[in-house]
Amino acid sequence: MKILVTVKRIPDPDASVKFANGAVDTSSAKWVPNEFDQYAVETALRLAEDAKSKKRHAEIVVCSVCPAAQRQHITTFLAMGADRGVVVDADDTALDSQAVAKLIAGVFKKEGADLLVCGKLSQDTEGNEVGQRVAGLLDLPIASFAGGVTWDQDGKAMVVSREVDDGVETKKVPLPSVITCDLRVVLPQSVKNGVTPDDYTYNEGPRLASLRGITMAKRKKVEQLKPADLDVEAGSAISNTGVNPPPARAAGQIVESVEQLVEKLATEAKVL
Amino acid sequence: MSKVLVVVETDGNAIKSASLPGITAGAQLAQQGGGELHLLVVGAGVGDAANAIGQAGYGAAGVHVADHADLAPFTTEAWTDVVVGAAKALGATALGGTATSTLRDVIPRAAALLDAPLASEVTAVTGSNAFRREMSAGRAVADFTASGSVVCFTARASDFEPATPADAAPVAAVDAGTPNKRGAEVVSIEKTQSARPALTEANVVVAGGRGMGSGENFKPLEELTDLLGGALGASRAATDAGMVPADLQVGQTGKVVAPNLYFAVAISGAIQHLAGMKGSKTIVAINKDPEAPIFQVADYGLVAKWEDTLPQLIEAVKAKKG
Ligand SMILES: Cc1cc2nc3c(=O)[nH]c(=O)nc-3n(C[C@H](O)[C@H](O)[C@H](O)COP(=O)(O)OP(=O)(O)OC[C@H]3O[C@@H](n4cnc5c(N)ncnc54)[C@H](O)[C@@H]3O)c2cc1C
Repeated sequence: MKILVTVKRIPDPDASVKFANGAVDTSSAKWVPNEFDQYAVETALRLAEDAKSKKRHAEIVVCSVCPAAQRQHITTFLAMGADRGVVVDADDTALDSQAVAKLIAGVFKKEGADLLVCGKLSQDTEGNEVGQRVAGLLDLPIASFAGGVTWDQDGKAMVVSREVDDGVETKKVPLPSVITCDLRVVLPQSVKNGVTPDDYTYNEGPRLASLRGITMAKRKKVEQLKPADLDVEAGSAISNTGVNPPPARAAGQIVESVEQLVEKLATEAKVL
Repeated sequence: MSKVLVVVETDGNAIKSASLPGITAGAQLAQQGGGELHLLVVGAGVGDAANAIGQAGYGAAGVHVADHADLAPFTTEAWTDVVVGAAKALGATALGGTATSTLRDVIPRAAALLDAPLASEVTAVTGSNAFRREMSAGRAVADFTASGSVVCFTARASDFEPATPADAAPVAAVDAGTPNKRGAEVVSIEKTQSARPALTEANVVVAGGRGMGSGENFKPLEELTDLLGGALGASRAATDAGMVPADLQVGQTGKVVAPNLYFAVAISGAIQHLAGMKGSKTIVAINKDPEAPIFQVADYGLVAKWEDTLPQLIEAVKAKKG
């Protein structure tokens, strides 16, 4: 079993967004791993490992499309526990989701992977497209917006609870397939692999890299590819004409009491 | 000439109201491009729904139906096959609909198969291939163009008015090919049961956060919600803790809402939460911490514990409503 996980770097989402010349100014940005990709790697690790014995039952390869010189986030994920990395050397900010999806589909085929795990979106551009596109390009089934994943080892399938608009849908997808991860996939008992006991309780959230993990990460292999190696001509059909801050909301007021609040809602805002 | 194809979802014998904003976005796109709006109804046994949609018309030049047993329950694999098939058969130049969880699954996959760009979760249509959308949890607004022989889009429900009935439109089956689920199987669907309006369509949303402490403590919030005929919402911290179901989450990665009145109770106002509600007309925040960032977007802030305020608020609203 080989699991490919897509990972991306994003400007620190906790820092304020800077603008210059009608675009987001990332010249002084601190780049960090996308949170949803941390969830994706955590999901892959929980699928791959026996949490008790620490034995692995699957190989985890993380893949990123980014300038090769800026692949610190790959090292972070190797330190978390992924086995090796693939970096497709390209300026991801100049590519649209279709180009990125073609590159990832190319890596998936080259690796002969069985499962692709993606975050549901990246916190900066918020496209929510890549996993679905890769599944389409590879003609694979997909379970998007996963809040829980159970590996049915006998059925060679993933049983995924999907967070949909009006509730939860459980979908079974045979391998090879694609999963995109939503927030609740990293709750303590969201992932079951048939090896780790079903009642095992993980810490909530993606795991932190251990010291040993950080040391080991430096020795793990990261393969470097060019888009041409995957026969992909990478470009973008999307072109920004201006990126600006949103209009600010008018300043509000602090009210002193419930009576005052209700009065103002009725007479001033006219919403009661 | 441009031909905009909007995919609509049905519920029993009628269109889902969630699909109506996407029709409006499609109509705007058709108008900008001097072209026609067409609707695509997908499902199993959707003939009656399609006829009702044809009656209502919504400004469309035609209603096309892809009806096949394998299209229900919904799987993106099967749906995308017929959506792409229909887009090709009809010669669509644009393809999309409301950014529901269904179409956020289908449209990107369809875009991949059509080798098309996707204008995802747009908040405005500004030209025949020009759109606006938010990024970085609502802290950046991008104006952009998407070019190609087909352009895909999903429209954020809170930013487009629901389409309204107009002249009837002709209804016809479309030869969209045979859907294939690719081995995927829907095992079960657990719908959150609620008599309340949908979160994304409600005029009033009452949302609670981690500071509520427990699901039990949401009772007074539910009472206030029902008094106001609104929908219940929550922060991620409250949904993650299992206080309320996950589909009530408001925010960057939950639902985006823009009601007339939004109550944020015991919610700190993290950027990811603000991204989902800052378009609300009037925002009320109740929080015991005067420094909570939620007060920066609130029109009316009350620094207080919910335990001390909600009972009073409920009584006062009851009195006001008579
Ligand atoms: C990738 C990612 C995506 C995310 N997406 C979302 C999203 O879509 N939606 C979302 O909401 N969050 C999202 N978050 C989480 C977000 O960052 C915050 O952690 C979350 O919104 C906090 O929820 P909260 O305000 O309820 O809890 P807290 O931040 O813990 O705030 C609780 C508040 O309750 C107040 N309080 C406590 N007790 C009382 C009382 N008795 N009376 C009155 N007030 C009280 C406190 O003063 C505090 O302000 C996301 C995070 C990440 C990393």
